Amino acid sequence: MSDEADRRLTVSALARIEGESAMHVRVRGGAVEDVRLEIYEPPRFFEALLRGRRHTEPPDITARICGICPVAYQMSACLAIEAACGIEVSEEVADLRRLLYCGEWIESHALHIYLLHAPDFLGYASALDLARNGRGTQLVERGLKLKKVGNAIMELVGGRAIHPVNVRVGGFYRAPAKTELTALAEQLRAALDLALDTVTWAAGFEFPDFEHDHEMLALVRPGQYAIERGTVASTRGLSFPAAEFENHIIEEQVTHSTALHARLAGRGRYLTGPTARYTLSSRWLSPLARQAADAAGLGLDCRNPFRSILVRAVEVVYAVEEALRLIERYEPPAPCYQEVPPRAAVGHGATEAPRGVIFHRYAIDTEGLITSARIVPPTSQNQASIEDDLRRFVAARLDLDDQQLTRQCEQAIRNYDPCISCSTHFLNLTVDRG
Amino acid sequence: MDVPAPSLAVWKFASCDGCQLSLLDCEDELLAIADRVEIAHFTEASSQTRPGPYDVSLVEGSITTAADAERIRQVRGMSRTLVTIGACATAGGVQGLRNFADVREFTSVVYARPEYISTLATSTPIAAHVDVDFELHGCPIDRRQLLEVITALLVGREPNIPAHSVCFECKQRGNVCVVVAHGTPCLGPVTHAGCGALCPAHQRGCYGCFGPMETPNAGAQVGLLRAAGMDEADVRRAFRTFNAGAPAFVELSQVTAGPPPGRGPGDIPERRPDE
Repeated sequence: MSDEADRRLTVSALARIEGESAMHVRVRGGAVEDVRLEIYEPPRFFEALLRGRRHTEPPDITARICGICPVAYQMSACLAIEAACGIEVSEEVADLRRLLYCGEWIESHALHIYLLHAPDFLGYASALDLARNGRGTQLVERGLKLKKVGNAIMELVGGRAIHPVNVRVGGFYRAPAKTELTALAEQLRAALDLALDTVTWAAGFEFPDFEHDHEMLALVRPGQYAIERGTVASTRGLSFPAAEFENHIIEEQVTHSTALHARLAGRGRYLTGPTARYTLSSRWLSPLARQAADAAGLGLDCRNPFRSILVRAVEVVYAVEEALRLIERYEPPAPCYQEVPPRAAVGHGATEAPRGVIFHRYAIDTEGLITSARIVPPTSQNQASIEDDLRRFVAARLDLDDQQLTRQCEQAIRNYDPCISCSTHFLNLTVDRG
Repeated sequence: MDVPAPSLAVWKFASCDGCQLSLLDCEDELLAIADRVEIAHFTEASSQTRPGPYDVSLVEGSITTAADAERIRQVRGMSRTLVTIGACATAGGVQGLRNFADVREFTSVVYARPEYISTLATSTPIAAHVDVDFELHGCPIDRRQLLEVITALLVGREPNIPAHSVCFECKQRGNVCVVVAHGTPCLGPVTHAGCGALCPAHQRGCYGCFGPMETPNAGAQVGLLRAAGMDEADVRRAFRTFNAGAPAFVELSQVTAGPPPGRGPGDIPERRPDE
């Protein structure tokens, strides 16, 4: 029990998230005065260094923004450049992209569920500690097996699990043979049981009672759970194509922080990511994923960020099934890419990264050189909502001592799976510790 | 008698997280590693860290801020063996492209209020700041090579990481040479092995993400690229990506001489590296 009216909590290096950040909470006179999620990932200036590069280069270059979700960057980059050049890829190529993206969802979600997030619910410092504890070994092994299947898709379709080499503007360098994918299907069938077990397991966790009322934003493609393409939509009725993204979403640099904060024009903060996708598209999950979600007690929407681990688990079930479906009807696209001759134009692309909507815009000149680039990753879009949630979360828990409160805040931040390395916009500034 | 397990620390500087993710991507070996090694500092994986010293530090990322230049000295001081992992830590990474530009101009392109940004004008490899015991190449590193390094350090031998070119790996893998067969520009002849010749296996030319091999023949390589139809600016761009700061790639990006485009690869004249 702690009743000091003035407190300051600081976690200087948040663990089990991708990248480097810190959290500061200031309490004055018994009320939460300020909560800041500070990102001290040094800036890497991707938007600046892309200028003067060939229009064929962004898939390779922007993959390097994030080792956890390189496919998301590659896919949004391809869509944007193809849109600028007036090219639309064949359905067969789009399907192969969706399959590759399923691999990234499985890999990234399994990593987050088992290695980064579950230790919070089970009271361990890490999955490696969990693995040392009897049944924990099997749990962590299950997570690693799932993760490995995601990586197997990325390696076969993308050529490499981290920074895939097989993606090009206009398609793929090489289309995998049907027999190669058949071998992958066997691994996926085994993984489906692991994925379903993951949902059942996570459903048994204890979730704090906490709901937000943010506007939620995700891609939507009626009839399908949107991944590699779709229209941007929100839970309060917004709907617009990627080309209008910058009319609706404004990024601001804020002095205290680091990532540019995004907000919806005239509407304010919003949330993107698995719970937003789920809330907007849960009816288009496969029957088995829908059934798993129902059994886990997820309704048609999800506004409790702590339950995001359940949504990720359901999305893994979906991604495994979807990968199996795509493999079953696969015929190698011929050709596996089309030439994309440059033209002077601007193009936009948005896809669903494991952590939410990722937007790219490129301007290209007649020579095919990039004259300007803009990249909006999910974490900078979510930062304002995360801070708002933390403010309310802390206010309701001021009776906890510093250590407990700090631990719970860290867990709350991990709900959003923030990926700080998506560092296009992230800067390093002097912190006012007043 | 119990001998304490050697301790491992993982550090991140300016980077994408991909190289340290390679450790977590060792799905079949991770738990065995954790049995043999005390993972003492790895914030991406654990909220529990213990203070140094550490037997081995794996360092990902490049130095781009004054604070990080200080932090790497502290890490060095706490580490018996320091291994850099990946192109950022060994060559400055893709963010090293700022070294060829004006960082203030870069800042103003990305941020509305550049005055809040504190960054160095350059992105430099770890070895520019402290002594490094071993450098593992790649953007990203290859996880099998990472396992080889960890294994070698555990038993106290030199890691077996060949410094020859990607061409050797193409031959080992049985790839058809994309240059000879298709006239595709390929950086394989000057690029450090380690990936297993992935790009040629996917019918594209190597793009040099493992950085330069031990003794690249710059003139011959640029001749190859020019013969495949690349102009001077294309050649410069080809060497200015993820290992732009590696001295051999800096040199290659500045070689302007070469045969006129349109000649077959078989016509490439012999050149000395210093031409």
